[in-house]
Amino acid sequence: MASINELKERIHADSSVEIVTEYLEIIEKSKLNAFITVAKESALLRAKEIDSNGHEGPLAGIPIAIKDNISTKGIKTTCASKILTGYIPPYDAHVIEKLKNAGAIIIGKANMDEFAMGSSTETSFYGPTLNPWDTTRVPGGSSGGSAAAVAGSEAPLSLGSDTGGSVRCPASFCGVVGLKPTYGVISRYGLISYANSLEQIGPFATSVRDVTTLFDVIAGQDPRDSTSVNREANYSSALINDVKGLKIGVPEEYFGEGTDKNVDRSVRDAINTLEELGATSIEVKMPNTKYALSAYYVIAMSEASSNLARFDGMRYGLRTEDSDWHTTFSRVRAAGFGEEVKRRILLGTYALSAGYHDKYYLKALKIRTLIKQDFERAFKDVDVLIAPTMPYPAFKLGEKIDDPISLYLADVDTVPINLAGVPSISLPCGFSGRLPIGMQVIGKHFDEAAILRTAYTFEENTDFHTRQPEG
Amino acid sequence: MITKKDLEHIGWLSRLELSEEDREKYTPRLNSVLDYFGELDKADTEGVEPLYHVMPMSNVFREDVPAASLSQEEALSNAPKNQNGFIKAPRMM
Repeated sequence: MASINELKERIHADSSVEIVTEYLEIIEKSKLNAFITVAKESALLRAKEIDSNGHEGPLAGIPIAIKDNISTKGIKTTCASKILTGYIPPYDAHVIEKLKNAGAIIIGKANMDEFAMGSSTETSFYGPTLNPWDTTRVPGGSSGGSAAAVAGSEAPLSLGSDTGGSVRCPASFCGVVGLKPTYGVISRYGLISYANSLEQIGPFATSVRDVTTLFDVIAGQDPRDSTSVNREANYSSALINDVKGLKIGVPEEYFGEGTDKNVDRSVRDAINTLEELGATSIEVKMPNTKYALSAYYVIAMSEASSNLARFDGMRYGLRTEDSDWHTTFSRVRAAGFGEEVKRRILLGTYALSAGYHDKYYLKALKIRTLIKQDFERAFKDVDVLIAPTMPYPAFKLGEKIDDPISLYLADVDTVPINLAGVPSISLPCGFSGRLPIGMQVIGKHFDEAAILRTAYTFEENTDFHTRQPEG
Repeated sequence: MITKKDLEHIGWLSRLELSEEDREKYTPRLNSVLDYFGELDKADTEGVEPLYHVMPMSNVFREDVPAASLSQEEALSNAPKNQNGFIKAPRMM
């Protein structure tokens, strides 16, 4: 588990080729199934180039895993779906352009739930990813491959995407750090869309410092994503080991029924630790939290039913035998999408259809207003909110996959953040047996500085993030 | 409550061919999710405006100037069926 700075020293002393080769060997031996595609040849080629060009750039020569819903020119991009069989993007996502300019080396494409729909990485067409801490358990999702790769030392850094918790959930289950930035801070250009009003790309690493370094590289406005915003900031300058005077809000709704007692205790202990370091905490009320899960799923499914209309077998991906126009599309889609994706498209279509639009979609959007107001009210009194990321540690493979509601309920503490568009970082704060527990630090719109500083201070004064899975 | 007959219609709107077996399997599962969505009815949203987008931005314009784009060859490189520089679609009727 090497940090960016340690890797840089080694790259200067040895070479990027050597570092990349070491990671490729670990990936090859691994049984976690964290990757759908390993970009061995292009990674080594790029490492050689960087070695001969003198290691310029903040991530020069450092390998990174990319969630397989982020477009990478010349490298297969599948969204973990059969329907994108054979698809090779002819262009790079904005974040990939930025990573390449910074000297980073794409080592492979990380496994995920199909089209990012899931919280366990079990809906992948390419089989589930296993949790490095206990291979009978899920790594969380939907960015399970990205988190497992970092936790299992298969890559020092990775990117995921977070629509309703898909970065924070696997960060929590795999004991690594994952950030969901404010909506709009990172361009979504080249991110294959699931629910575009909710999702953001987010970085993973083993420390708050490395997550922040990666975040500094990939953030920024891009005219190709009209929802991206211009907030020039140097996030790394927020990393100060000091929380004196920080006001923490504790939303009791996030510690509700169904929260594991070890999770509850670890997160409250973490808040105590920050108080000992000079912060204060008060309870805050977020009364509309109980409607967040339903509102989230209605909105996400509705947007998905529209976004996934583009997969018709004409321009890319799977094509079945031709019949007439509509039948061909219907058959391509029936053959290419997995069950969870079909379920969400069907429910989203239903929620938007004549006669049901107001009852489901419009109602969910009104509740979204109430959720956002909950956050605005809370942030009048406090600087950050701290809560469990997930109500429990990683569950068993197969435990929830056949019961959609029980799987959706796992997202109860993560989805309100996406509905409100605020930033949140998940970091390790304890263990339940050998399974990591994560807490999330949530901030105001564009106040990444406050959550990064809080998370950094906690990390500097504890050692949860230094523990590693065995084997 | 969705019936098997409704599901046939939703499948058509979604352009997803569903077999008899699929409809048998999906109907109760979709209904259990819809039951859960019943929670929404309990929220008082009288006079509350819908929130489509979290940032207060609309009509984001840019200059209409041509920029580099994909070549025809690149744009067609992923199409499973293409011919003479066109994507080949199925027949309409």
